[in-house]
Amino acid sequence: MASGDDVTSFDPRRVRADIPQLNRVINDRSITYLDTASTSLQPRAVLEAMTRYYELRHANVHRAVYQTAEEATAAYEGARDAVAGFINAPGGSGEIVFTKNVTESFNLLAKSWGAANLGPGDVVLVSEMEHHANIVPWFQLRETTGVEVRFIPVTDDFRLDLSDIDALMKDVKLLSVTGMSNVLGTITPVRELARLAHRHGALIAVDGAQSVAHAPTDVVDLDVDFLLFTGHKMLGPTGIGVFWTREAILADMPPFLGGGGMIADVRTDGYTPASGPTRFEAGTPPIAEAVGLGAAVRYLEGLGMANIVFHEHALTGDALTRLELEFQGRVRIIGPPDTTARGGVISLDVDGVHPHDVAQVLDQFGVCVRPGHHCAKPLMRRFGLAATVRASFGPYSLAGDTDVLIEGLAHAVKMFG
Amino acid sequence: MSNLEDLYREIILDHYRSPRNRGELASPPAIRVEGFNPLCGDEIVLYLDVNDGVVTDLKMTGHGCSISQASASLMGAAVKGQTVEKARATILTFKQLMTDHESTLEHDGEPAKVDLRSIGELAALQGVVKFPVRIKCAMLAWNTLSQGIDELP
Ligand SMILES: Cc1ncc(COP(=O)(O)O)c(C=O)c1O
Repeated sequence: MASGDDVTSFDPRRVRADIPQLNRVINDRSITYLDTASTSLQPRAVLEAMTRYYELRHANVHRAVYQTAEEATAAYEGARDAVAGFINAPGGSGEIVFTKNVTESFNLLAKSWGAANLGPGDVVLVSEMEHHANIVPWFQLRETTGVEVRFIPVTDDFRLDLSDIDALMKDVKLLSVTGMSNVLGTITPVRELARLAHRHGALIAVDGAQSVAHAPTDVVDLDVDFLLFTGHKMLGPTGIGVFWTREAILADMPPFLGGGGMIADVRTDGYTPASGPTRFEAGTPPIAEAVGLGAAVRYLEGLGMANIVFHEHALTGDALTRLELEFQGRVRIIGPPDTTARGGVISLDVDGVHPHDVAQVLDQFGVCVRPGHHCAKPLMRRFGLAATVRASFGPYSLAGDTDVLIEGLAHAVKMFG
Repeated sequence: MSNLEDLYREIILDHYRSPRNRGELASPPAIRVEGFNPLCGDEIVLYLDVNDGVVTDLKMTGHGCSISQASASLMGAAVKGQTVEKARATILTFKQLMTDHESTLEHDGEPAKVDLRSIGELAALQGVVKFPVRIKCAMLAWNTLSQGIDELP
C-alpha cells in the first residue's frame, strides 16, 4: 500500500485490489461501484482488523481485568486515538465520542448540547442543502425548546447563498452545515463560515459525512466547534459514528442516553454521570466497529488524503466533461458544472427517464448508483425534482467506471427515448 | 439473473409514454384519493366516479417511474367499467401476481397462482416480481385504488 502524501505512489488500482467486493461479477459484468456517497466499500485491512478482534480479543470494554478484556479496551481506545489524530482534535481522544452513525451524532448534538443551550429567541441556522440528519433533530428540538430553525438558501448555481448572510445570522447560536452536499457535490466554505459564526458569537457544527473521507480535515485549521461523521462512508463499517467537539464544550454537555457505562455512580436516590466521552456512550459500545473504523482511518492516512483529493478531483472533472459531451444536455448535471469547490458526487437528471428506471438499466450494466431524494427533500424541492440518479466516486474509482456509466446511460436514453 | 426485457415489456413502455385516463374529475361527486411512495417520491392522485356499484369513470394525475406509471395506466384501463365488486377482485388478483414469486421461489416448478390468460394486458407487469424493489412501484396505484374503494359510502 502507498503511504503518505506522495502523488506518484498513489495507485487506485492497488486500492481496488484491496477491496474484495470489487471482484464481484454481476449480470456477467464486473461491478462498477459508484455509490460511495451512500456507503463506501471496505478494504481488507478493515475487515481483517474486525475479524482479528472477534477471533482473538473480544471481551467487554472498561469492565473486566483479564488479559483479553484489557486488549479489547486497548483496541477500542486505540481507535479513538486514531480518529482524534485523523481530524487533529486538539484535546486528543478525550474529545472523540463514538456513536452509531452521524445521525445519532446529530441527535446527541441537538438533544444534549442543543437542549441545554438553546431556547426561545435563539436560532439554529442550517442550509437548504442539508441531509435530513441535520434538519429533523433541530425540528424536534424546536418542539421541546421553542428554538427557531432557519435555512440558508441555495443559489441557482448550487452554492450556499451567502449574499444576505449577516441578516440571516441574527440571533443564531449555532450554524450547522454540511462540509459537502451529498446530492450536489458542492463543497461549502467551512473556514469562512466558521469565521462568520464566531464573529456573530455563534458556534459552528459541520456535517463531515461526505467530506472527511474525501479531503483532509483539520478541526484546528478549520476552527470549527463540532464535527460529526459516519464510519461507513469512510471505508469503515456500519454501526459507528463520531461526534467531536472541544473538551471545554464536551465537559458542559449533559448526558444523552442513560444506562451502564456512562455513569460515575448510581445510588437509590440518583446518579452521577461519568466525565469525558464515556458519559455519552451508554451501554456496551460497538467495539468491533470502532476497531474497524480505526483501521479505516489508518488506511486512508496510508493512501494520503491529498492523494485522494487529487485523484477524485481528476475523475470528477473527466466525468463532468464527458457527460456533457456525450449527452449534450439530455443528461443534466444537478450540481456545479466544473470541479471548482466540488467533490466526486454527481447527481443526474436524465430527460424523460425516471431515476428509478435509469438506475434499473444501469444495474444491468453492473453499475451501482443511487436513485432517489438522498434524504435531502428540502433541496430536491428547491430544484423542483422528486429524485435524481447519483453517481459518486471513492479512492478505488477509475475513469473506466465512468465509461460503463456512460454506456448504461446511453442505453437508458435509447430505451425510453 | 433477471433480464431488463422481462421488466420493460413493450406494453409497459407504451403505457408509460402514453398513459391512459390522465386528468381529473370534479370532486365531489368523484372520490379523490392520494397515494404516495415516500421512498422514491412517486405520487398519484386518483379520481373515481362510482354509480350504482359500477366504476363509471376514473382519472389520475401524478408522477413516478415507468413501472408505477404504467401500472397505474393499466389498472385504469382494467377497472374502468367494472363493478366495485369486480374491481376488488382485480386488485386481489394483481396483488397475487405481485407475490407469486415467493411461492415459485420456494417450490420451484410449481405453476403460478394467477392464470395469466385471465388478466389481459396486466400480465405485462408479471416481470416486476423478479425485481423485488420495484414491486412497491407497481403496487402504488393499486393500493390507492383499494383505499378509494374502502372509502365508498
Ligand atoms: C451529508 C450526510 N449527512 C448525514 C448522512 C447520514 O449518515 P448515516 O445514515 O450514517 O447516519 C449522510 C448519508 O446518508 C450524508 O450524506
